[in-house]
Amino acid sequence: MFTAPIAELSAALAAKRVSAVELTTSALARIDAANPQLNAFATIDPDGALARARDADAARAAGTVGPLAGIPVAHKDVLMTAGLRTTCGSRMLANFVAPYDAFVVQKLRDAGMVLVGKTNMDEFAMGSSNENSFFGPVRNPWNPDYVPGGSSGGSAAAVAARLVPAATGTDTGGSIRQPAALSGISGLKPTYGVCSRYGLIAFASSLDTPGVLAQTAHDCALLLNAMAGHDPRDSTSLDRPIEDYTRDLARPLKGLRIGLPKEYFGEGTEPSVVKAIDAALAELRGLGATTVEVSLPSVDLAVPVYYVIASAEASSNLSRFDGVRYGHRAARYADLADMYQKTRAQGFGAEVKRRILVGTYVLSHGYYDAYYLKAQQVRRRIAEDFRRAYERCDVIVGPTSPTTAFRLGDKVDNPVKMYLNDIFTVAANLIGAPGISIPCGFDRQGLPVGMLLQGRHFGEATLLNVAHQYQLATDWHARVPPGFAP
Amino acid sequence: MKWEVVIGLETHAQLSTVSKIFSGAATAFGAEPNTQACAVDIALPGVLPVLNKGAVERAIRFGLAVGGTINRRSVFARKNYFYPDLPKGYQISQYEIPVVQGGSIRIASPMRGEVEVRLTRAHLEEDAGKSLHEDFHGMTGIDLNRAGTPLLEIVSEPDLRSSEEAVAYAKALHSLVRWIDICDGNMQEGSFRFDANVSVRPVGEPKLGTRCEIKNLNSFRFLQQAIEFELRRQVELIEDGGRVEQETRLFDPDRGETRSMRTKEEAHDYRYFPDPDLPPLTIDEAWIARVKAALPELPEAKRQRFVDQYRLSPVEAASLTASVALARHFEATVQAGAEAKLAANWMLGEFSAALNRDEIDASTAPVSGQQLGALLRRIADGTISGKIAKDVFDAMWAGEGGSDPDAIIAARGLRQISDAGAIEKVVDEVLAANTATVAEFKAGKEKAFNSLVGKVMAATRGKANPAQVNAILRQKLKAYAP
Repeated sequence: MFTAPIAELSAALAAKRVSAVELTTSALARIDAANPQLNAFATIDPDGALARARDADAARAAGTVGPLAGIPVAHKDVLMTAGLRTTCGSRMLANFVAPYDAFVVQKLRDAGMVLVGKTNMDEFAMGSSNENSFFGPVRNPWNPDYVPGGSSGGSAAAVAARLVPAATGTDTGGSIRQPAALSGISGLKPTYGVCSRYGLIAFASSLDTPGVLAQTAHDCALLLNAMAGHDPRDSTSLDRPIEDYTRDLARPLKGLRIGLPKEYFGEGTEPSVVKAIDAALAELRGLGATTVEVSLPSVDLAVPVYYVIASAEASSNLSRFDGVRYGHRAARYADLADMYQKTRAQGFGAEVKRRILVGTYVLSHGYYDAYYLKAQQVRRRIAEDFRRAYERCDVIVGPTSPTTAFRLGDKVDNPVKMYLNDIFTVAANLIGAPGISIPCGFDRQGLPVGMLLQGRHFGEATLLNVAHQYQLATDWHARVPPGFAP
Repeated sequence: MKWEVVIGLETHAQLSTVSKIFSGAATAFGAEPNTQACAVDIALPGVLPVLNKGAVERAIRFGLAVGGTINRRSVFARKNYFYPDLPKGYQISQYEIPVVQGGSIRIASPMRGEVEVRLTRAHLEEDAGKSLHEDFHGMTGIDLNRAGTPLLEIVSEPDLRSSEEAVAYAKALHSLVRWIDICDGNMQEGSFRFDANVSVRPVGEPKLGTRCEIKNLNSFRFLQQAIEFELRRQVELIEDGGRVEQETRLFDPDRGETRSMRTKEEAHDYRYFPDPDLPPLTIDEAWIARVKAALPELPEAKRQRFVDQYRLSPVEAASLTASVALARHFEATVQAGAEAKLAANWMLGEFSAALNRDEIDASTAPVSGQQLGALLRRIADGTISGKIAKDVFDAMWAGEGGSDPDAIIAARGLRQISDAGAIEKVVDEVLAANTATVAEFKAGKEKAFNSLVGKVMAATRGKANPAQVNAILRQKLKAYAP
């Protein structure tokens, strides 16, 4: 029972069949047992977690509490957690203790969730395999020789191995959806602006989106209910009426129009992935949905556009890590320039440096128009593609990633190949729209396949409805990696 | 060859908001280092900027006051460079689309008369912190109290043709920002400072010469000295067969000269791009209308009104509207019952002299407009002479009698003697005692008359009504027979 989805744990807590302290103790024990192998956690906070669990139990005893009270949760280490080390997967912040809570961290704390620790991640959220962490790679619970995806790989592995019922993630180009797919869980990237970025250590400000990794779409909806909301401290946070993201879960799929972009079903996608998606589409048709081919003619430019814009913003966002005020500073240096150079050379890993270089280049005098400005123009064209597609459908469906999980080390020397992992996910970030990846099968090696559902801006409830109906009809999401079964 | 200097100024005016432009920390000057720097100002990971509407409102006020265009949509951009007192590694500024475009400032040029100096733009940005190179034994201290302080950078066209014009423009701008209450103008505290772009060209040459930018001039005097030095340096360089290199220079006030800081080749590539943390700034008509309605009467309008309403000369009106405080004081004096012309004379004479002597502003003068008005009424109604009034004014300035003129007049017994009988008596005495002087007068020496007036005034300790003394003395002298 300790490894059940939140919806069930919540009912058990409400019925007093289990306490928050018991759930937390179980989570901590599972983390202790699994983490040496998976390396999913960068920081574990047993004392703090148990104290919070006791508070949650006390709050429940004292009166009414929400559905998330007493449920353990882990936060991606890109989110600031007051009093707890927040490393962003980097040597730069290896000993940095956050002095405040990120907005979403605070919201889940307010909802009574029990923070047990911080999950490992690609350094500064840059990566698709979780091999770029200063704290070492995270391993895929389905096969420890394989990557869990990234950059929220620690969160994905932790949820897949049932160490915690849910974890937060952030998605800049696919960093929630792709690891969810490669690790066989559900991962929701909400509409940009629905969850405040306050306290999210910025990678690419116009793309970074906090979201959820959980076992089910239903659980994603429960967490999003608590995480969403206007935050005056983030000028890009949207001030809109509060939504109940579970409201449409039970709606039948009859009449749902699924758009299948022909660009998502071409060469380059593994046959096992195509097969699983085809089967899932058949299942959705069986549930009453219809499918229609749509076209996203500019979407093949999404990856290059993404790497221009994301790197440009990153090159500026990461300038604050200069060794002057906090974080790593080189032990010895000759003068100011030397201090900057040594500090940043030592503090950042190779992928971070690569993107800072790319970003600096595309913003440079004489190159700005050709790269950054052009990328922003193409970004608008991609948005226009999606707008047209949604005239003919309600959701867009395809694979989350062209491949299942790959072996550790397989792509580290080929950044472009690595970047192509994001080929189906980056567009949603460029246009700010929501997406969810849910498990829909396995390849021949037993590695999970993820299906990506994309929706219109603020279409989270529709995506969650489709995903939930699919999960009622299938059990892919309920499969647990061998060796991590309770 | 005759040379002409061409100058454009970039002025940084610190906006008088209570909190910073992108955070809630206080902007007050002089606090202990780093006590007014919050998480946003020190650029902790994960923090985000939130625009202070008060700063925008002040920019709108400025735009309206100079007749510029308020852009309905402007964009904040990041200016990227590394420096220890720049916590984020970039400064949030406005680049391609500033909040204000165009507008102009009218100045009185010593050589060209009234000149309209065009403004290119005015944009909002944040200030950096301060690097403290002393007192740290070879290390540098960083104070981030100033980081994030709102600035309006006001950029002029290269319309200025002498250091005097540059100073006249700088002073007009300085007066204006205080007039519309967007900046305290405190130059010692760095609230108002200039970068000067200076080039030279032969008189009559339409093309601009290569310019040098002189950074961070924080007084009118330094501005003038730096431009004068730079003008000489560039002319000498060219006359010696050299060429001016485009570069950034620093002014050394101790030596009165500028020196190179970085050349064009060493110039930073700031890699400006729109700040993704801040949506474009949109300003709607209603906001502009609200700011417009709250705008005070502007210097030019006030100057014209002073001419029309109070019948002052254009020169007097201009002098009285040099600062809003002086203009307010003048109108308060008139409202207290003083005749306008007399009030203007006093404001620009005794009152301004006292201000200059004490190096204070009209707003903190110890004599209020009402009190000055009361004093001037006593001249008009003959209670005291203008000469005695000056003594009374000095006493008021010193705070005597609660600065109440009537109290001082009474206490010191300064009421004017206008009783003809009393004056005649003194005149008779003076004539009797100064027969030699009288004889000189009779012999045609007009100067002797003044001497006699002086004697009468002295005998009454200045209190005799001077007009009456004159009349009575003339009459008596005519009838005088020794």
